Amino acid sequence: MGYYILKRLLAMIPTLLGVAVLIFLLLRVIPGDVVEARYLTQGSQFQSQDLMDQERQKLGLDKPLWKQFTAWMGGLAHLDFGLSMWTSAPITEEIKLRFALSLQLALMASTIATCLAIPLGILAAIKQDTWIDYAVRVFTIAGLATPSFWLGTLMILGMLIIFKWVPPMVFTPIWVNPWDNLALLIWPALAVGYRYCAVGTRMMRSTMLEVLREDYIRTARAKGLWLKLILTRHALKNAILPVLTVISMEFAFLLGGLVVTEQVFNLNGLGMLFVEAISHRDYTLTQALVMLVATFFLVINFAVDIAYAWLDPRIHYR
Amino acid sequence: MAASAQTLEELARHAEPRWPWLAAVANFARRRPLGAVGAGLVLLTAVLAATAHLIAPYDPLANDYGAMLAAPSAAHWLGTDAFGRDVLSRIIYGSRTALTVGLGASLLGASLGSLIGVTSAYFRGRVDLLAQRVMDVFFAFPVIVLALAVVAILGTGAGNVILAIATPMVPRCARVVRASALAVREMPYVDAARASGFRHQRIILRHMLPNVMAPILIMATAFLGEAILLEASLSFLGLGVQEPTAAWGLMLRGAAVEFAESAPWMAIFPGLAISLAVFGFNLFGDSLRDALDPRLRTQ
Repeated sequence: MGYYILKRLLAMIPTLLGVAVLIFLLLRVIPGDVVEARYLTQGSQFQSQDLMDQERQKLGLDKPLWKQFTAWMGGLAHLDFGLSMWTSAPITEEIKLRFALSLQLALMASTIATCLAIPLGILAAIKQDTWIDYAVRVFTIAGLATPSFWLGTLMILGMLIIFKWVPPMVFTPIWVNPWDNLALLIWPALAVGYRYCAVGTRMMRSTMLEVLREDYIRTARAKGLWLKLILTRHALKNAILPVLTVISMEFAFLLGGLVVTEQVFNLNGLGMLFVEAISHRDYTLTQALVMLVATFFLVINFAVDIAYAWLDPRIHYR
Repeated sequence: MAASAQTLEELARHAEPRWPWLAAVANFARRRPLGAVGAGLVLLTAVLAATAHLIAPYDPLANDYGAMLAAPSAAHWLGTDAFGRDVLSRIIYGSRTALTVGLGASLLGASLGSLIGVTSAYFRGRVDLLAQRVMDVFFAFPVIVLALAVVAILGTGAGNVILAIATPMVPRCARVVRASALAVREMPYVDAARASGFRHQRIILRHMLPNVMAPILIMATAFLGEAILLEASLSFLGLGVQEPTAAWGLMLRGAAVEFAESAPWMAIFPGLAISLAVFGFNLFGDSLRDALDPRLRTQ
């Protein structure tokens, strides 16, 4: 097991390196750079080509690509993300609050989704092909079909028309004012959680159906065990693993993928930061963000695999 | 599910129907009511897209400054937008954008992905390892960044949006198809083809690819709904199809949010169109999956 963990951790390095090369090159292929982007918004500062070149020199954009890449990698090696090219502030400062927001939102959405998905999925599986099952399926497929940004718009609109109330538009960290914080974040968490719960419910239903056909379930029923006990002790334990996978994969996706929902709720999370960073051609910030999200994704993937071995004694990793 | 027994029974019952095709449709509808609803919605979207120029009451681009932000009425069933354009006509024409981008992206993503998956399963060894590592990189890469970067490099417009949406689908499809292709690779007929001295290209395209068609089809239909959603999201961000083209995501942007309180129809109906279309494709895809391969689950 120890050897397996080490092997998996080492295998992350080439993948991350690949991600680094890809984003590094992608950004340089995108036409324009940060100096040009700044020129377009605050033109007066850069009257001449010379001034622009000077600025590029200051940012190190005139150096050959391999030098820029190795300089970036050198910084990453001791966890130094560098300065944002657009604001010149340290990237850790730029990311900190926004990461907190995205993380909290993702956690809230997954809590909502998990609490709904597991009971709903089990219910649909036990009552397969009854109207309950159909209702759950329609509910979940509708969840997959409804764009969360539209659901968000409808929520805001509904609250505005019915209650004449709009959620606060400024983010306050939960440690400052928990009430304001939750009043803002609960709505996007619900909007995103619906889709998320749909994914989980579908998985729960299909793995549960599979497990319920296993011999050991039949044995348990034959010896007259309570259905409730069979479900919680025997079936759920075996059916929950794939659900765990989709829920954690979806969680990793939420961290960086909520661009549109953030826009609707006027949240400054990682998703909006991505869009800003790319449109500003802020190479250093975009690179740092991509590495952060990719690392998160890989770590969650890894954690899920370890959890599998831990929860299911039949699985052994070598 | 005892699918084969059921099918045989059904076949016996409908031994010689007068219209075999119609009977098959009726049969599908009875056995899978949800799938039939999905198929109906898919058909409706397709018909809307195909006949948009005939059935749309107004020109989707025509401004009517006398009727800006008009509420739904007999003249404008779903109201008008901030430029006085008829919302219903724009929704009808929007189905063209949604279907073009959805079909284009899912076909491109599924075919490229399955080609990579089958090839990597066929050659195994180093080729497979390399392909898998590259796919891992794309997997770990945030989807939206990939799409943003493709749009930033190539520019907006329907063709580039298709490319942007198809890119993240390729590795997902490759992974699923590779798993099935690995099993096909061990089949005697592939050995036979190799022994007959066929070229790699022929074995991959003519012997292996047709035998992993079921997972490919399932992936492609699952992608369709997702592609429509992604297109709407990109357009909503202003990074997809551009004004004045009629596209559902685009209709939800800007004025629809600004005037949401006074003119809610602008925010409600296009979103409803997206949801219904994707709902239909998902229902249909689900039933197709059950029918083609009950063991294979992608979600």
